[in-house]
Amino acid sequence: MHPAPSVVFFTTAAGAGYGLLALLGLFGAFGLLPPDPWLGAVSLGLALALVTVGLLASTLHLGHPERAWRAFSQWRSSWLSREGVASVITYIPALIFAAGWILAGRTGGMWAVAGILSAVAAAVTIYCTAMIYASLKPVPRWRNRWVVPGYFAMSVSTGAVLFAAIAAAFGLIGPALPLIAALAAVAAGAVKWIYWREIDAAPAAATAETATGLGKFGRVRLLEAPHTEENYLMKEMGYRIARKHAAKLRMIALVVGFGVPALIALVAVAIDGAGLRTVLLSLAAASALVGTFVERWLFFAEAKHSVTLYYGAAEV
Amino acid sequence: MTSLPEPRPAKKLGLVIDLDTCVGCHACAVNCKEWNTGGHMAPLTDTNPYGADQSGVWFNRIHSYEVGEGCGGRTVNFPKSCLHCEEPACVTVCPTGASYKRSEDGIVLVDEDLCIGCKLCSWACPYGAREFDGDSGTMKKCTLCIDRIYNENLDEVDRVPACVSTCPASARHFGDLGDPDSDVSRMVAERGGYDLMPEMGYKPVNKYLPPRPRLGPTGQPAASMAPAEAGAAGLLRWVDRVLSR
Repeated sequence: MHPAPSVVFFTTAAGAGYGLLALLGLFGAFGLLPPDPWLGAVSLGLALALVTVGLLASTLHLGHPERAWRAFSQWRSSWLSREGVASVITYIPALIFAAGWILAGRTGGMWAVAGILSAVAAAVTIYCTAMIYASLKPVPRWRNRWVVPGYFAMSVSTGAVLFAAIAAAFGLIGPALPLIAALAAVAAGAVKWIYWREIDAAPAAATAETATGLGKFGRVRLLEAPHTEENYLMKEMGYRIARKHAAKLRMIALVVGFGVPALIALVAVAIDGAGLRTVLLSLAAASALVGTFVERWLFFAEAKHSVTLYYGAAEV
Repeated sequence: MTSLPEPRPAKKLGLVIDLDTCVGCHACAVNCKEWNTGGHMAPLTDTNPYGADQSGVWFNRIHSYEVGEGCGGRTVNFPKSCLHCEEPACVTVCPTGASYKRSEDGIVLVDEDLCIGCKLCSWACPYGAREFDGDSGTMKKCTLCIDRIYNENLDEVDRVPACVSTCPASARHFGDLGDPDSDVSRMVAERGGYDLMPEMGYKPVNKYLPPRPRLGPTGQPAASMAPAEAGAAGLLRWVDRVLSR
């Protein structure tokens, strides 16, 4: 599948934003955050900015972005529509929680309810995003049981490391946040690693023989494609990445996206100086975002669509 | 509305493609392209048609496959357009309601005024029936010539999809696959018409008639041809074959 840059950017940025929002909502609700309005403004501001910029960026791949508002109407059947609805609904408790924290300096009481609802709504939105892909039967690699957990895990891992970096900038130097960030990064890396192992070992879900129904005559090979030039289907769904390139990128995603952030976060636990800790955790956050971007790009690039069976692929 | 009609339509208009007689002339693809220069989903845009890097929107594309090896092997020409499935995920994934399945006859269509061109429907189609038109910014697909089949301005004999009317090899047939007594249903039953990729669960309405077994020089199916007589070689074997025809 062709990795549309706007979609890769959207899922990475919005994933991080929702992860950060969920963590802030939960930590705030349980009274674990100082009532500092500036901490609220920066952290929630970043979370909502990531989400908003991501959502707007996702409209860039549309043929008619001015009609994008129509995408909220078919939530009864479409995961894409449900994601749109959930993403907008998430703003409501998120803004209420932000108002309480930034304007009233409080995260407890009724504001805590808003915090928890923000976390729930963020989780629902991430689930809808993942289901858009996991529900597509023509792409067997996306039907894997680790796709949805992967989206959740990376939303939490990117959100957690951002949270730890911002907290350090505000002088919060307890061990909890960097430890959570490290654990989340390891967990996300593990989920991705297991996912890659499973899709590499998976048997074919469909073959050129079942796609054409001509298997009873023997092996089916493409003699002539419909046209000599490329078409939309091949540009969109026929995108191929060589196995050796994919292997390199997987390694980069694992190391940059999960390994380096986990390592830096563990080191940061031992550091008392808020300044140094902030710098280290910011580097960890940048690394996590870059690595997640690479992983998401691969998620699309390595996916094989069944239409390729008609254009010379032997199996998907 | 992108929920599927409940209950599913009893009338299932669709095509039957005969892979035995299709000669791969592409007349159906050309006629489709021409008919759709005007009408329901017109125009089917071509980009750089006379220059480098040509591409264009087609509803109907004809592939050619080499199947099998040796004396049972053959070339099969394979036209493919929207199969107007009974369980079309391309309809349910559409976020705006632009993609819909008609309850009166089961035809799957795109409402171009609602389409935002997100391309998710083309991802949801395992057969590659839907294409994005970069010029209009919307998705386009075979309409089963909805502007022909009910068109009172045409003679009744012409009220069939353009691709069906033009096929010189009579490899394309149109009718109600939901009616077991229709010509197309009878053809499917007689010839063993099949679904493409049934394991995907889309329940395509269009059916493909498999190529008939090849006949050898003796009029028997090629695969059952007896091996050459032991001992007869070269000229004698040829004489034997010629006299056995």
